[in-house]
Amino acid sequence: MATTEVPPPSVPVHPDDAADHERHEQLEAVWGDPPGILGFFKTVDHKRIGIRYIYTSFIFFFIAGLLALVMRAQLAQPNGTVLGPQSYNEFFTMHGTTMIFLFNTPVLAGFGNYLLPMQIGTRDMAFPRLNAFSFWIFVLSGIFLYSSFVFGKAPDGGWFAYTPLTDRVYSGGVNLDFWGLAVIFTGISTTVGAINFLVTTFKLRAPGMTLNRLPIYVWSMVVFSFMVLFAVPVVTTAAGLLELDRLFGTQFFVPAHGGSTLLYQHLFWFWGHPEVYILFVPATGMVSLIIPVFARRALAGYIWIVTALVAVGFISFGVWVHHMFATGVPSLAMSFFSAASLIITIPSGIQFFAWIATMWRGVVKLTTPMLFMIGFLLIFLLGGISGVMVSVLPFDWQVTDSYFVVAHFHYVLNGAVVFPIFGALYFWLPKMTGRMLSERLGRWSFWTMFIGFNLAFFPMHILGFLGMPRRIYTYPGGLGWDTLNLIVSIGSLVFALGTLLTLINFFWSRTRGEHALPNPWSADTLEWATTSPPPDWNFEAIPLVESRHPLWDQQPLPVCASEPGPGLEALGPEGALARTTPFTTGLRAEPADTMHIPEATYLPFILAVGVAVIIVGLLIDAVLVGVLGLAIGGVGLLRWAWRTGEH
Amino acid sequence: MTTTDPAVGRPEAPGLVYSPPVPLLVPVPPPPPAKRRGYSTGFWGIALVITTESMIFLALLASYFFLRATSHQWPPPGIEKPDLQTGWIFSVVLIGSSIPVLWAEVAIARGKVGQLRAGLMISFLMGTAFLLYTYDDFQKLHFGWKDNAYASIFYVTVGLHSLHVLAGLLISLVTQVKAWLGLFDAEHHVSVQIFSLYWHFVDGVWIFVFSSLFLSAHIR
Ligand code: HEM
Repeated sequence: MATTEVPPPSVPVHPDDAADHERHEQLEAVWGDPPGILGFFKTVDHKRIGIRYIYTSFIFFFIAGLLALVMRAQLAQPNGTVLGPQSYNEFFTMHGTTMIFLFNTPVLAGFGNYLLPMQIGTRDMAFPRLNAFSFWIFVLSGIFLYSSFVFGKAPDGGWFAYTPLTDRVYSGGVNLDFWGLAVIFTGISTTVGAINFLVTTFKLRAPGMTLNRLPIYVWSMVVFSFMVLFAVPVVTTAAGLLELDRLFGTQFFVPAHGGSTLLYQHLFWFWGHPEVYILFVPATGMVSLIIPVFARRALAGYIWIVTALVAVGFISFGVWVHHMFATGVPSLAMSFFSAASLIITIPSGIQFFAWIATMWRGVVKLTTPMLFMIGFLLIFLLGGISGVMVSVLPFDWQVTDSYFVVAHFHYVLNGAVVFPIFGALYFWLPKMTGRMLSERLGRWSFWTMFIGFNLAFFPMHILGFLGMPRRIYTYPGGLGWDTLNLIVSIGSLVFALGTLLTLINFFWSRTRGEHALPNPWSADTLEWATTSPPPDWNFEAIPLVESRHPLWDQQPLPVCASEPGPGLEALGPEGALARTTPFTTGLRAEPADTMHIPEATYLPFILAVGVAVIIVGLLIDAVLVGVLGLAIGGVGLLRWAWRTGEH
Repeated sequence: MTTTDPAVGRPEAPGLVYSPPVPLLVPVPPPPPAKRRGYSTGFWGIALVITTESMIFLALLASYFFLRATSHQWPPPGIEKPDLQTGWIFSVVLIGSSIPVLWAEVAIARGKVGQLRAGLMISFLMGTAFLLYTYDDFQKLHFGWKDNAYASIFYVTVGLHSLHVLAGLLISLVTQVKAWLGLFDAEHHVSVQIFSLYWHFVDGVWIFVFSSLFLSAHIR
C-alpha cells in the first residue's frame, strides 16, 4: 500500500507555490460554507451531503442491528422472556423498515452523492439545493419514524404492512400511520435523489467522457435511478392509498366495500421486488469498480456488465408476483413470473463471471476492501442459489413464510449489499476523511463479520426446512430447533462485533490513521485525481478524459484551461473561481454551456421542515398543523421557483 | 513511468496497470465546444419529475381496472355512470389550453414577450375554467369517497389530477409574474420551458384519466 509519513499533499497544477496559495484562498472564499451551525444547515456541497447521508444511515444501521440482536436474544432459547409478542412485532417491523428505507437506500444514495460528481469530473451535482433537500427529508423521516418508539406506538405490521391486518379495523392506533407516512416521506427523498443523479450524469460529465467511458459505478447509479423513478412512485401510491383508507375512510383495501387486499400486495411488490435490485445494483457497481483496482487489471467485459445492469433493471419489473405465489394468482401468470424470476439469474451470472475473469487474469492483492469483495462473491453465490430455489413454484409453496425466506433475504440484503458497502467504506473513507483505516483491524473486522454472518444466517435455511415460521416471537422446546437457534443468535452477536470493529477503526483512523495520498490504491477513476479529502470545488481544472481508465491510461492527466466561449470558460481554474462548472452534451460530452452552482441557502431545510410538518399534521389529524406545514413549504417553494433557472 | 507497481509490490508485469499515488496534472487547451447547447438541467429535471409522476397515475389507473375486474357490477349499484356531456367540453378546454402555451414558447424563443404574456394568460384562464368544472362536478356527485371502492378511486384519481392542475396554475402564475417583470428574453427562458412541459403533462394525463374513468365506464 502506498502510504508514507508525509504531510497531506496537494495536487500540483502549477508548480508555482506562492501563486498557488493565493488562488486557494480565493477559491476557499468562493466555495466555503458560512462558518458554524448556520453553515451546517445551509450547505449544498455534494461531498458534505454525501458524507452526512452515509453517517446518518449508519446510525440507523446500528440502531436496527441492535433491534435484531434483541430479537435474537429472545429467540436464542425456547420460551424466551426478553420480548413479549407485541414488542417482537414492533421490533421486526422497525428492523426491516429501517434497514430497507433508512439504511440501505440512503447509504447507497450517500455514496452516489459523494462519488458520482467526482467520478464524472465535475464540481457538484446538477441540483445542489435539491440534493440538500433530499438529505433533510431523509433525516426528518427517520426521526419521524423513530419518534413512534417514544410514544410507545411503533409500527407492528411487518415491513410490508399487508392489509387487512393494517387497515384501521384491525390496527387501530397510530402505529401503522407512522409506517405509512414514513414510507411516503422517504420516497420523496429517494426520488429527488434519483432525478439528481440522472441529470448530473447526463449533463455534467467532464469533456471526453463519452457514455462508453463512464465508470461502471456511475452506470450502476444510472440504472438505480431509473429503477427508483419507475418503482418508488408505486409504493408511494400503495402507502398513500393505505393512509387514505386509514385516515380518511376510503375503501381501497376493504373487501366488504368492493376493495381488494390483493391490490395492495400487487402495488407493494411492484416496487418491492425491483427495490431489492435497486439496492443490489449500486452494490455490484462498487464491486465492479473495486475488484479491478486490486486485481491490477481492467474489468473484463465492460460492455457485458453494462448490458447486464440494464437488463437487471428491466427484468426486475417483471418478477413482482413471485412474492405472491401463495396467494392464488392464476397459474399461467404464475408460470410467467416464475420464468422471469429464473431469467434474472442470467445477467447476475454474467457479472459474476466477469468478476471471476478479472481476478483470474490479474494479480490479486488482498487488501481489506478486496477481502470484502471476495466475501461478497461467496455470499452472493449462496443467496443467488437459494433465490433460484424459491423462484421454483412447488419449492416456494413449501418454504414461503419460513425461516428459509429469512435466510435468503439476509444473504441477499445483508450479505450481497452490506459486504460491498463495508468494502466501499474501507476503499473510499480515505478519500473522504483523508486518513487511511487500519488494515489489521480491517482484516479482523472482515473475518469476524464473515464468520458471524454465515453462523447467523446459514442455519436459518435448515430451520426453515424444519418448519420454523418467520415472525414468531417464541417457540416451545423439543422441536429440534433449539441448538440451531442458539447458533443463529451467537452468530448474530459475532457479526455485530465485526461491524463494531469497523466503527472503532473509523474513529481510530480519524486521529491516528496515516494521511492518505490522493490515490492511495493506484486506482483508475477521477475521484483519485484530487486531494484526499478533496477541496470544496473538487477539481480546480476539469480533466480532459480520453480513456475509460483516465488515471491508468493518461499519465500525466491533462486538465483543461479556460477559454472564452460557452462552456469553455468554466473548464479551467477561472471557472472554479467563478463558482461554475461546465455543462456538456448528453452523449459525447462536449462542452456546451456554463452552469452556475447555487450559493449555500436555508431553502432546502425550510422546505423539508414544511413537508415534515404536513406529515405530522396528517399523523395527529390536525388540520391546523397541516396548513402550517403547507404555508412553510409554500413560502420555501415560491422563493425557490423564483430563483430557478436564472429566470 | 516506474517499473515497480507499489500496489502489488512487485515489478510491473506486461498488461498490468500502475498509477502514481500523486497524479501529475498538465494543463491543455479545452476541446472544441458542442454545436448545440441542448436543454437546460432544469428542463431535464422536470422531464424526470413527469416520468415518475406518470407512474403514480399509471398505478392509480391500474388499480381502477383491477378493482373493476374484481367486482360484479361497475359502477356499483346505486351509482350512476359519470356524466360525459360537460366532461367532453371541459376536456377539450383543458387539452386545448396547451396550444396557447406552445404558441407562447415559440414566441419567447423569438424574443416576443408580449405574445408570451398573452399565451400564458389565455392558458391560465382555460385551466382555471377546467378546475372550476371539476369542483362543480364533485359537488354534483351523489356519492362520497367513503361509500365504496369505486367512489374512493374516482375521488382520489380525479382529485389528484385537479391538484396537478392547481400546481400547474401556480407555476403559471410565477412564470407570468416573471414575464410581466420582463425577466425573459430569447436566450433566457428556462422557467417558461419548465412550465410548458409540466402543463402539457397535466393535459396529457387528463386524456388517460378521462378515457379510463369517464369513457370506459360506459363500455360494457
Ligand atoms: C445485523 C445483522 C442482522 C441480523 C442479526 C438480523 C436479524 C433479523 C431477524 C431476527 C429478523 C426477524 C425474523 C423473523 O422473526 O421473522 C429479521 C428480519 C428482517 N431483516 Fe434482518 N437482520 C440483520 C440485518 C439485516 C439487514 C442488513 C437487512 C436489510 C438491509 C435486514 C432486513 C430484514 C428484513 C426486511 C426483515 C423482515 C422484517 C419483517 O418480517 O417484516 N436485516 N432480521
